[in-house]
Amino acid sequence: MQVRVQEEAFLPGAEVDAFIDGKRDMGAVVTFHGIVRDTDAGLRHMEIEHYPAMTTPAIERIAAEARDRWSLGDVLVIHRFGRLAPGDIIMMVATAAPHRADAFAAADFLMDYLKSRAPFWKKEVTSDGAEWVAAKDEDEDALSRWDDMRRAP
Amino acid sequence: MDVVYFAWVRERIGLPRETVETEAATVADLVQELIAREERYAAAFADLSALRCAVDQELTDFDARLSGAKEVAFFPPMTGG
Repeated sequence: MQVRVQEEAFLPGAEVDAFIDGKRDMGAVVTFHGIVRDTDAGLRHMEIEHYPAMTTPAIERIAAEARDRWSLGDVLVIHRFGRLAPGDIIMMVATAAPHRADAFAAADFLMDYLKSRAPFWKKEVTSDGAEWVAAKDEDEDALSRWDDMRRAP
Repeated sequence: MDVVYFAWVRERIGLPRETVETEAATVADLVQELIAREERYAAAFADLSALRCAVDQELTDFDARLSGAKEVAFFPPMTGG
């Protein structure tokens, strides 16, 4: 399991190659890249703030929970902070599993939890000014479906 | 005890971190003490449903007890990913 929280940009292809390398017993690798999206308001850049003392342990707990729920060989999470421009890659998740269903489900779970339980906050700077991105109700709803799944027999 | 603030909570209070002398038993008690201090705290803590808190870097509820805690953090709901 690898968790990296960094200001620097990273090369997604190189990260995926390194993640896949040597995984002879894994049949599936799923990767997700989050990209800073321009908005209708004309996004100039985004500022990502985080809680350094808490960020890596919080992500490690989320990744450990994923490993507890599914049969996974490896997990990689990279999340950036600082100033990012539209089109920049803000984060990535990779999961490796013997079978694709586990790899897909775990990546989906990780993304839902990273959105709402990892201590990052986004501020959008547009030509009209700067505004903190508000959390969405759908993000909490997305988490509850995993609770429902756990309770199911 | 260290109290840390993030995102718009930090901006409203005007500080990223401060040391607070307090005997507050719970996070909610600490919030009430801060609100009583100055208007900027009252502005930041006006709606607790719009806030989250962590004690010693663990997400928790506002009724969490503070005995032995070294750091309390206040912030809006997270927006990572």
